Amino acid sequence: MSNYYQPEIECASREQIRAWQDERLVKTVRRVYDNVAYYRRLMEEKGVTPDDIKSVDDLHKLPFLTKDDLRDAYPYGLVAAPLHDCVRIQSTSGTTGRRVVAFYTQHDLDLWEDCCARAIVAAGGTKDDVVHVCYGYGLFTGGPGLNGGSHKVGSLTLPMSSGNTDRQIQFMCDLGSTILCCTPSYAAYLAESICERGLRDKIKLKAGIFGAEAWSEEMRQDIQNKLGIKAYDIYGLTEISGPGVSFECGEQTGMHINEDHFIAEIIDPATGEVLPDGEKGELVFTSITKEAFPLLRYRTRDICVLSHEKCSCGRTHVKMTKPMGRSDDMLIVKGVNVFPSQIETVLLNKGYPANYQIVVSRENNSDKLEVMVEMTPEMFSDSVSEVGAREKELVGALKAMLGIYAIVKLVAPKSITRSEGKAVRVIDKRNLY
Amino acid sequence: MTAKQISVFLENKPGQLVELAKTLNQNNIDMRALSLADTKDFGIVRLIVDDPYKTACVLKEAGYISSITPVLAIEIPDEPGSLMQVLSLLGENGLNLEYTYAFTARKKDCAYMILRMADNDKAVEVLNKNGVRLICQSDLSALFED
Repeated sequence: MSNYYQPEIECASREQIRAWQDERLVKTVRRVYDNVAYYRRLMEEKGVTPDDIKSVDDLHKLPFLTKDDLRDAYPYGLVAAPLHDCVRIQSTSGTTGRRVVAFYTQHDLDLWEDCCARAIVAAGGTKDDVVHVCYGYGLFTGGPGLNGGSHKVGSLTLPMSSGNTDRQIQFMCDLGSTILCCTPSYAAYLAESICERGLRDKIKLKAGIFGAEAWSEEMRQDIQNKLGIKAYDIYGLTEISGPGVSFECGEQTGMHINEDHFIAEIIDPATGEVLPDGEKGELVFTSITKEAFPLLRYRTRDICVLSHEKCSCGRTHVKMTKPMGRSDDMLIVKGVNVFPSQIETVLLNKGYPANYQIVVSRENNSDKLEVMVEMTPEMFSDSVSEVGAREKELVGALKAMLGIYAIVKLVAPKSITRSEGKAVRVIDKRNLY
Repeated sequence: MTAKQISVFLENKPGQLVELAKTLNQNNIDMRALSLADTKDFGIVRLIVDDPYKTACVLKEAGYISSITPVLAIEIPDEPGSLMQVLSLLGENGLNLEYTYAFTARKKDCAYMILRMADNDKAVEVLNKNGVRLICQSDLSALFED
């Protein structure tokens, strides 16, 4: 019943998986210690040497790595392979300040694409399928990842990229797309558009692989019903490779982590202590097969639960729940990572006070980002068009920083809610978690 | 030769204008004219008052964002065609009008227009030359007295 891309790996015994992990972890730790000064320093600070790491049991001895480390080491500080062996760069949403740049050798691209291929096959993909990828292409990992995975499977791949809904639907109808890959909010929007145009009978979709942002079970049901497909969740992050770090099988009860490449831990975000299976905490990944950009104990800031319970699909790799929240203030809007500090930077650069509030909502299954900014005497003008032009300028600057459109609302001074003297910076009305 | 208009920033949501009116009322500010420019999110209220400087202080005290904008005020006969004549003058001289609003006072047979011009000085020159009666802030304030 279930479909596998690499059955010998996806259904390997727990002992086999553990053996792979032990061997690969030891090797990776040795290699980064020898090749990357940044890691060597971190390990020395914690008093650990590669000799201390003999198996996965010793993983907890290693220091954590955070987004701050990635920023400090930007751009080349964590690259563990010679640059002439690297063939690709991907990056998170092209933002300054918090930019993450990941490097890939051909081997790294292969394993990433294998992971995506596993997700596509788990969703029923074969050589006979038409895989319609409308994740963004470019620095964002969504498009390239699923595109590569689809090639591996041998499916006919439509590299649509994001946007232009009319064209998406036309291609879908004309070329008979069977598997849709995009963010869940875009899938919901497409579903609505297809139904509105009465084209439900003209599409041949059977499955969707949706990720890069949080979505609820209700949203899944909605998309499944409207499109008549089965909707699969996929998880990943650029730091670790991209989409396909974990993916859902037909059971739809969590995402199998590709444990032959990534070791997952759950920690208490406050203390850093490793938590036992089944407890909710922050997800931490160690990549053990990557050449160019292996990360040791990288804190994802995503809160979730791991489960080793046997899965009816036959896969033996551990399952993670959908992320249930974040241990930092990062927001994911339209699949793009947004930090309040980025918005603050733009406001200050443009001469506005750091008195702002971010309101994220979801209308018709699409995310909406609003930035409320308190008006100042300096910014005020008697002319509506002048104030409007300032608003527009701010919208442009935010778009350049965040990569997505934000609505700017100029509000009266002191009108932004403060609780106990502290401004409430973010209001997320989406109830995602 | 200008009048001092008070411009106030307001959010475009229920109850904003009444709050402003309350503040003015509590401070005994007498309004002669009011005009509201609105967008989806915000509005700019423009006021002609008896004492613009007092009003500016009162508004600042109450936490409003406001400014004093120099505008032109003209007195025209309260009869058909008189506005047209003034506007023709401005148009013929290539003077751009940003916005305008009108009011009357107790003075019989007279109407008043507030004009916000892209170039106030040039407009004053043209209006003066053509015998249009411009009134300044002290004249305006006097309108409140009779």
